[in-house]
Amino acid sequence: MSGISNVVIVFKPDKFMVLKEVLKKLGILGMTVTHAEGCGLQGGRVEHYRGAEIEVDLLPKTKVEIVVPDEKVEEVIKAAKKVLKTGKMGDGKIFVFEVGRVVRISNETEGLLALDIKK
Amino acid sequence: MDFVAQLTEENAYMFNSLWVFCAAVFVFFMQAGFACCESGFARSKNACNIWLKNFCDFCIGALVYYFIGFGLMYGEDWHGIIGINGFINPLNQDLAVWDGLGLSKEIYLLFQTMFCATTATIISGSVAERFKFKSYLIVSCIMTGFIYPVVGHWIWGGGWLSDLGFADFAGSTAVHSVGAYAAFMGALMVGARKGKYKDGKVNAIPGHNIPMGILGVFILWLGWYGFNPGSELALDEVTFYTAITTTYAACAGGLAGLFVSWIKYKKPDPTLAGNGALCGLVGICTGVASVSTTGAIVIGAICGTAIVFSIDIVDRILKVDDPVGAISVHGCGGILGTLLAGLLSVEDGLLYGNGTSYFIAQVIGVFAVGAFAITATGIMYTILKKTIGIRVTEEEELNGLDLEEHGMVAYPDNLK
Repeated sequence: MSGISNVVIVFKPDKFMVLKEVLKKLGILGMTVTHAEGCGLQGGRVEHYRGAEIEVDLLPKTKVEIVVPDEKVEEVIKAAKKVLKTGKMGDGKIFVFEVGRVVRISNETEGLLALDIKK
Repeated sequence: MDFVAQLTEENAYMFNSLWVFCAAVFVFFMQAGFACCESGFARSKNACNIWLKNFCDFCIGALVYYFIGFGLMYGEDWHGIIGINGFINPLNQDLAVWDGLGLSKEIYLLFQTMFCATTATIISGSVAERFKFKSYLIVSCIMTGFIYPVVGHWIWGGGWLSDLGFADFAGSTAVHSVGAYAAFMGALMVGARKGKYKDGKVNAIPGHNIPMGILGVFILWLGWYGFNPGSELALDEVTFYTAITTTYAACAGGLAGLFVSWIKYKKPDPTLAGNGALCGLVGICTGVASVSTTGAIVIGAICGTAIVFSIDIVDRILKVDDPVGAISVHGCGGILGTLLAGLLSVEDGLLYGNGTSYFIAQVIGVFAVGAFAITATGIMYTILKKTIGIRVTEEEELNGLDLEEHGMVAYPDNLK
């Protein structure tokens, strides 16, 4: 195993700036951000567009992917929960995946050296 | 004091020409308003197509009107039905319409051209997202070269409706209703967009850029300051008065659309509020110079209220798919405005105790123009449908007309 994990956090878009701040404090400088849409327990709602009913079931979300050494994962989860939790449905989810291999393209370093983490 | 009477003939000629030129430019800009409105309320995959249709119907309309339409509309009257001279180059011909005009005949032609193109461009909204581009170009030719000029002749060219006492100051019927009937027949015959009606249920297909749609409403409203006050074809007290009635009708219509949609659908819908203002503007066209300011507010409010129900009826009961509400804005506003002027005109309206003759003339006008426009456009679309076709293929519709008909997309996001 490479000892590296991909932490995927899906959450409400308005929380992005605070999450980024708190990750920076942990020394995590690299991330990949996707503007996403999603649904879950929170469910949809019925609105009207020009009089016709329309079910809005996909809500806007932000997806942040952070690739970190395994030992940092708990820290990241704890920090993310702290800033993202309101206790209501729709706060989002965190997924953790093992990463097989990491390559930095610019200087061809691999593994832990290729991560954008400040020690 | 009557300043206009103190102007020399030369001065009045220059003022009138200058003002009507400006008004014509305002009306020209309405093409951009239509394009914003229609593309904003449609999906992004058809945005280029809608803009190009609005662009082309003007280019085609202006030339066709110059060669054919103007003569049919303002040429020498033939039994009150059509004009029969002034074709090819009306400016160099000795036409009755040029006598005692009071402004430059080039500017007069320009202003009439803008009106003609406005009628044609109404259609692109209701048939948006599925009407074949080349067939649309032919529709533009027929609208500007025949259908609009014939009705225009009846109403403004000395034809039978004007002889009857029918009056339509700025075109609730002559421009907007005619455009709406053509838009209705077009949307009816081309059929609904794929996915709009499923198992008898109406599915909303939201527009891709509501702010652009509302910007279109603002631009159209701005253009209306040329459309209505310009229709005086001179710069005088009536011109100034119509600027005020135009404004109040639009405001009342906008608020009516806002509050009625708010009550009916629980939330104020910006697109319906915008449609309400436009419907008020369409409605005031006929009575803009003849109703009181209160009358203008009443007309705007009635039109703005009616349109919310009209859109619902067209969408849910008639099952005619009109993505932007063009049929309701121009049809509902056009018919109501024409009739309400018959009731509310201070000098000859029914409610001011002036008898029924003007109102009856308005009713006849509404039915006559409706019957002609629906029949003529029905024949036009039927012939097109049987020959080159009016609808794109299912695959073209799914992929979007931008990509399939024009080979491009409006908002490429992979080319940064």
